[in-house]
Amino acid sequence: MRQQFQLPGAHSSAIDRRLSALVRHLGDSSASSMESQNPNQTIYASVTASFNGDSVFSNIVRAPEDPILGVTVAFNKDPSPIKLNLGVGAYRTEEGKPLVLNVVRRAEQLIVNDRSRVKEYLPITGLADFNKFSAKLIFGADSPAIQGNRVATVQCLSGTGSLRVGAEFLARHYHQRLIYIPLPTWGNHPKIFATAGLSVKTYRYYDPATRGLNFQGLLEDLGSAPSGAVVLLHACAHNPTGVDPTLEQWEQIRQLMRSKGLLPFFDSAYQGFASGSLDADAQPVRMFVADGGECLAAQSYAKNMGLYGERVGALSIVCKTTDVASRVESQLKLVIRPMYSSPPIHGASIVATILKDRDMYNEWTVELKAMADRIISMRKQLFDALRARGTPGDWSHIIKQIGMFTFTGLNSEQVAFMTNEYHIYMTSDGRISMAGLSSKTVPHLVDAIHAAVTRVV
Amino acid sequence: MASKTAAICRGISRRSSGFGVRSMSSWWRNVEPAPKDPILGVTEAFLADPSPNKVNVGVGAYRDDNGKPVVLECVREAERRIIGNQNMEYLPMGGSVKMVEETLKLAYGENSDLIKEKRIAAVQALSGTGACRLFADFQKRFRPDSQIYIPVPTWANHHNIWRDAQVPQRTFHYYHPVSKGLDFASLMDDIKNAPNGSFFLLHACAHNPTGVDPTEEQWREISYQFKVKDHFAFFDMAYQGFASGDPERDAKSIRIFLEDGHLIGCAQSYAKNMGLYGQRVGCLSVLCEDEKQAVAVKSQLQQIARPMYSNPPSHGALIISTILSDPDLKNLWLKEVKVMADRIIGMRTALQENLERLGSSLSWEHITNQIGMFCYSGLTPEQVDRLTNEFHIYLTRNGRISMAGVTTGNVGYLANAIHEVTKSA
Repeated sequence: MRQQFQLPGAHSSAIDRRLSALVRHLGDSSASSMESQNPNQTIYASVTASFNGDSVFSNIVRAPEDPILGVTVAFNKDPSPIKLNLGVGAYRTEEGKPLVLNVVRRAEQLIVNDRSRVKEYLPITGLADFNKFSAKLIFGADSPAIQGNRVATVQCLSGTGSLRVGAEFLARHYHQRLIYIPLPTWGNHPKIFATAGLSVKTYRYYDPATRGLNFQGLLEDLGSAPSGAVVLLHACAHNPTGVDPTLEQWEQIRQLMRSKGLLPFFDSAYQGFASGSLDADAQPVRMFVADGGECLAAQSYAKNMGLYGERVGALSIVCKTTDVASRVESQLKLVIRPMYSSPPIHGASIVATILKDRDMYNEWTVELKAMADRIISMRKQLFDALRARGTPGDWSHIIKQIGMFTFTGLNSEQVAFMTNEYHIYMTSDGRISMAGLSSKTVPHLVDAIHAAVTRVV
Repeated sequence: MASKTAAICRGISRRSSGFGVRSMSSWWRNVEPAPKDPILGVTEAFLADPSPNKVNVGVGAYRDDNGKPVVLECVREAERRIIGNQNMEYLPMGGSVKMVEETLKLAYGENSDLIKEKRIAAVQALSGTGACRLFADFQKRFRPDSQIYIPVPTWANHHNIWRDAQVPQRTFHYYHPVSKGLDFASLMDDIKNAPNGSFFLLHACAHNPTGVDPTEEQWREISYQFKVKDHFAFFDMAYQGFASGDPERDAKSIRIFLEDGHLIGCAQSYAKNMGLYGQRVGCLSVLCEDEKQAVAVKSQLQQIARPMYSNPPSHGALIISTILSDPDLKNLWLKEVKVMADRIIGMRTALQENLERLGSSLSWEHITNQIGMFCYSGLTPEQVDRLTNEFHIYLTRNGRISMAGVTTGNVGYLANAIHEVTKSA
């Protein structure tokens, strides 16, 4: 691409002279050099020159839309009045509105009205109170690991950030740079681990035939993993399937993993959201910690405190000793500092305010249970409506699965059909967010599923 | 449910010894304790010091004349308006569109054609650090053979950022230790000697840690040489408004490069100029040839953000867009920034005058020649250690003094201490 380079008038004559020399030099090399005797002739920039408009990034192609967040983008573009967004996992009320918890609003008011509060940098590891209470929340206040002061906890940017910091730490300090993730899992998981420098393999998890857990497959695949491999475990409310192991199955998984020296990395994005009980939803994690072994746990407050956009989460690494935990924490700082220096203060302040005040904590558990109950009720309504409609198939998985999502079992053609004909938006793997449903919209969804199942195969 | 868990856990604890879990040593036993961050470690040490005379001139966070952190009035007002009115939904991966739009105006100009032509790929980032890191990762992914030229000295974390992004680093001359000013001749040599098409990190204004900025004429020469050499300019602008008190003036270097047609990259931070340190709000922009390319580049920047933090935090972004889109609030902000910058300029004068009055034989002109939050005092690490150990004055060992930490209350004490440790030099 050739463009003219005009000398701006402000430049000095020294520059003019240099450019004239350049022009003469370039002009001489051509056969028609007779024409290039004029030192004020405009010169042509080469194709690689960045200053005349050729970007050093001109070969970049547009990246594909993120499969999950892209659903909301498409939804927003749709002008249909009956459109329904069952894509991203953000809670909605019966009225289809986002929900800010009352206790969160109260905490925020306290923070903002407190003129003594400042907006200074947090330490690299984040807000200390937040870290302390977050560890207690997931591991239990009486956890031997907390009592023994051997947990390194750092505030991170929600679940994503916690997973990424943990993965970077593993890639630098762990001897087995291989992580096993369940099949299927949240779409962002493989990218996070691969970008951090880990190799990613999968273990069988979901059984399409039963729409439940492929427990045998899981045990076989983990059983044949190399010793020391990291294993990603969804602490509860598996995303996208909603299929969780029973406590007895968890115990078997724990025994297998400990006997093979596999390192657990828990992703806890829905504590309290699955069953409505914070303690019950943390049981699998606590079982592993109780045996004295080490593990990692990523926590998110996006859903259970409705703090999505504030990006609040925590990474905890349970270590054998206090000394190890302290060294681990120091190395976590080296991962964080060149990534974003220190985490954002606002959301963590809200969480800490709530967790350390008994009344606010109780208020939170009540509001959290209300959200979980509404989702459970949506499951029942959808199931009942499909049965009443006589839609072919066994839909009992809708009420057996747990948490925000239902893995419907619909295939990508059926999903596309539902989007095009019924303006229902979901990820192409057939995952629907129950949080996006209401009593009013269940009939529309049932119509769409019924049509998809009977007309598209 | 809880008792069932407890029972299971007790059973596990009893049985676990059979699986040798207790006897296994830690996976992390070989993890070395990491060295303390040279900058943030200073504040940690300061906080631990019980002395009533202690002074913190370490980290670059603004303090008022009472040594207290400041929340700007425009920020308080913006927060009053926001609280209770926003839902906390996810921002898009690229962050708040409104905040990014307003932020680009600050760097590129209120009526910039480049913005109107949509040629700038821009995303909200986690303050300046996050913006630099996104760019470094982007540079690695799409120009894998490139390196980054970093000035000597620079903010320590710049090295960490490009290292973690796995982009090889080179340095270029910047600070002249004897003049305590710019080593312009060597800087220009380095620009000329670098291979064509090299990537350079430039501090747009108020260079950290030296406070030494090129003059406007020098910037023009640098820009010209960049054209000849076809170099890529990446500006880190963390102190717009803080250097001269006038954000437009502080963006001059960038505007010169834009006039000259460079396709630049730019990291912007609101940590200092809006006092939003802990909110982690900033912006990364990359100027492209046309709108289509800007769309492509932005989409790729988002791909880098997604496995790092998915989407950026909303609170700080909301504060900024509230302020910058309201003319009254924006004017208030501009006034408050000028007050902060003026106080720092006043402290520079006071520190220099104090040292001269004490009869120091050394030249302290650089204190007022330098600009922005920091003064590169010229003190040696040993002299710094004396300042800390004998006088409880905390600063980084490269001799960088954060002028924001200097007050009318401590400037005399500080001058006296500096004089004590340098008079035998």
